[in-house]
Amino acid sequence: MPDSKGRFGIHGGQYIPETLMNAVIELEEAYNHYKDDPEFNKELTELFNEYAGRPSNLYFAEKMTKDLGGARIYLKREDLNHTGSHKINNVLGQALLAKKMGKTRLIAETGAGQHGVATATAAALFGMECVVFMGKVDCERQALNVYRMKLLGAEVIPVTSGTATLKDAVSECMREWTTRIDDTHYCLGSVMGPHPFPTIVRDFQAVISRESKAQILEKEGRLPDYVLACCGGGSNAIGSFYNYIGDKEVNLIGCEAAGRGIDTFETAATLNTGKLGIFHGMKSYFCQDEYGQIAPVYSISAGLDYPGIGPEHAYLHDTGRAQYVAITDDEAVNAFEYLSRTEGIIPAIESAHAVAYAMKLAPTLDKDKIMIITISGRGDKDCAAIARYRGENINE
Amino acid sequence: MSNIAKAFENGKAFIPFITCGDPDLETTAQCIVEMQKEGASIVELGIPFSDPTAEGPVIMEASLRALEGGCTTDKVFGMVKRLRTELGVTIPLVFMTYANVVFSYGIERFCQKASEYGIDGIILPDVPYEEKDEFDSVCRNYGVDFISLIAPTSHERISMVAGSASGFIYIVSSLGVTGVRSNITTDIPSLCAAVKAVTDVPCAIGFGISTPEQAAEMSKSADGVIVGSAIVKIVAQYGKDAPAHVGEYVRSMVSAIR
Repeated sequence: MPDSKGRFGIHGGQYIPETLMNAVIELEEAYNHYKDDPEFNKELTELFNEYAGRPSNLYFAEKMTKDLGGARIYLKREDLNHTGSHKINNVLGQALLAKKMGKTRLIAETGAGQHGVATATAAALFGMECVVFMGKVDCERQALNVYRMKLLGAEVIPVTSGTATLKDAVSECMREWTTRIDDTHYCLGSVMGPHPFPTIVRDFQAVISRESKAQILEKEGRLPDYVLACCGGGSNAIGSFYNYIGDKEVNLIGCEAAGRGIDTFETAATLNTGKLGIFHGMKSYFCQDEYGQIAPVYSISAGLDYPGIGPEHAYLHDTGRAQYVAITDDEAVNAFEYLSRTEGIIPAIESAHAVAYAMKLAPTLDKDKIMIITISGRGDKDCAAIARYRGENINE
Repeated sequence: MSNIAKAFENGKAFIPFITCGDPDLETTAQCIVEMQKEGASIVELGIPFSDPTAEGPVIMEASLRALEGGCTTDKVFGMVKRLRTELGVTIPLVFMTYANVVFSYGIERFCQKASEYGIDGIILPDVPYEEKDEFDSVCRNYGVDFISLIAPTSHERISMVAGSASGFIYIVSSLGVTGVRSNITTDIPSLCAAVKAVTDVPCAIGFGISTPEQAAEMSKSADGVIVGSAIVKIVAQYGKDAPAHVGEYVRSMVSAIR
């Protein structure tokens, strides 16, 4: 997967303007050339280990395990990576690829700001120019990350069109890329968009499950029964799942953002409420109305506040290989607080969606079952928003 | 020969675009009547989409206004029916919208209705050559031309794209999105010559053209000129009073290229 046309089953493809076609073809050729190149992989591994702090720990959450009274719970600590989330894995890979392609400028969309911060970081490291598009609403709810990006030398452009959130930032990036292609690489942050992005991003994020598989075999001598990850566009989820897809006994569970509930319009749970469509370069599932107008989705989590999902997830959903559940704002905020108190780990509000489902699922399982939850990022960025959610106003 | 091809037989073609439903469909219909009266060869009807990734701010905002005003695909079809049956519009009409608008309606159902109501072609800027079969194969069954686009970055793709084109070829004048430009830097004569070397399908240039001078210049290389944002701007400025102003503008552009 995917096939030669960039399809995962019926999903994926390249639904983009003609202006961009040669750019994605060039990217695909470069990626195919470098992905198996020993020198490229050596450089990337060095960056992962020496710069980003990989491998990330697989931590046995003993107190949480005891408290929930069921499955043995391990946390894959992507929050411990440099820049504080899994986003750095993909960005280091793409920035290195862009550099090899002779590009000198990176553009990126960002929701919560984690991908923007990671891209700004890689741009600083590689001496590249960086422009990040971020919805104006997200700029406000993630002000700290806006400052971090600027500190790292990036230009941050607030996007005011549409709902002024992640989907509009992606649209604006696509517009910018059609304007300036020669020196610019679009460093897409999730396993979405036109082929080859879903494949490239997946391959760079697959390090998560490559490591966790080796780590769990070492610690437990067997594969996990469950792997849980939060899922917006789906990059940390596909990275967490990828090396287990062939191991049918491992249950893969993506946790979508239900916002105020999947029976309301204020939701971002694509697989639970969306239907098949074509948008942002791919065929997949999207939250949309009966005429195909993209829905103004909502979640407390800026990083999951997206009306679509990557095509490989759509395929895993179709085939039943992975299951996708919906977690509300309330459940996620409770989990955010729970993991902080129980394990002394403040997860990103995105990752808290996976923790929330674990809190429901683990107590129903036998004590000999093993569960891995990917903590995709750390929650410092969310503290002000969660305080507001709880009616407390703290000055950032 | 398709109606679209015929529209290129009487000198250079002028192809105005309008966002349907901004400010309302009645105004859109009257604008189209004026466009025909003042010599437009073909009209591009934009079915509004919530997230038009190939559009600049002018058409994007018009699309959002139209959607907020309650415009839907079905209502646009209703307007087309009226244009053909009551308002005497006989020139070719082409839909310009995004893949998801057609896909979610059902490609078969969309094309069947388009054909029945008198639509001659469909332009989907987010469906490149690689993905066009899914749409084009259905369009062909209903005698609707699926319009291909060629960009300044197409290079060696030109013969492939142009080779299977029908109706007309939409040559994108510049990098970037739709919108008025004071300066078009692409080598348009070379781009048009490269297209004309591999096909007899007429080609029209769009993106960034707004003045009669630009139109006259572009029409030296191509068979037609497409103008979108400049017209959508006039509609935004005059609202329900737009038809007369749009007509006046179309007249000035038509006389510049013929």
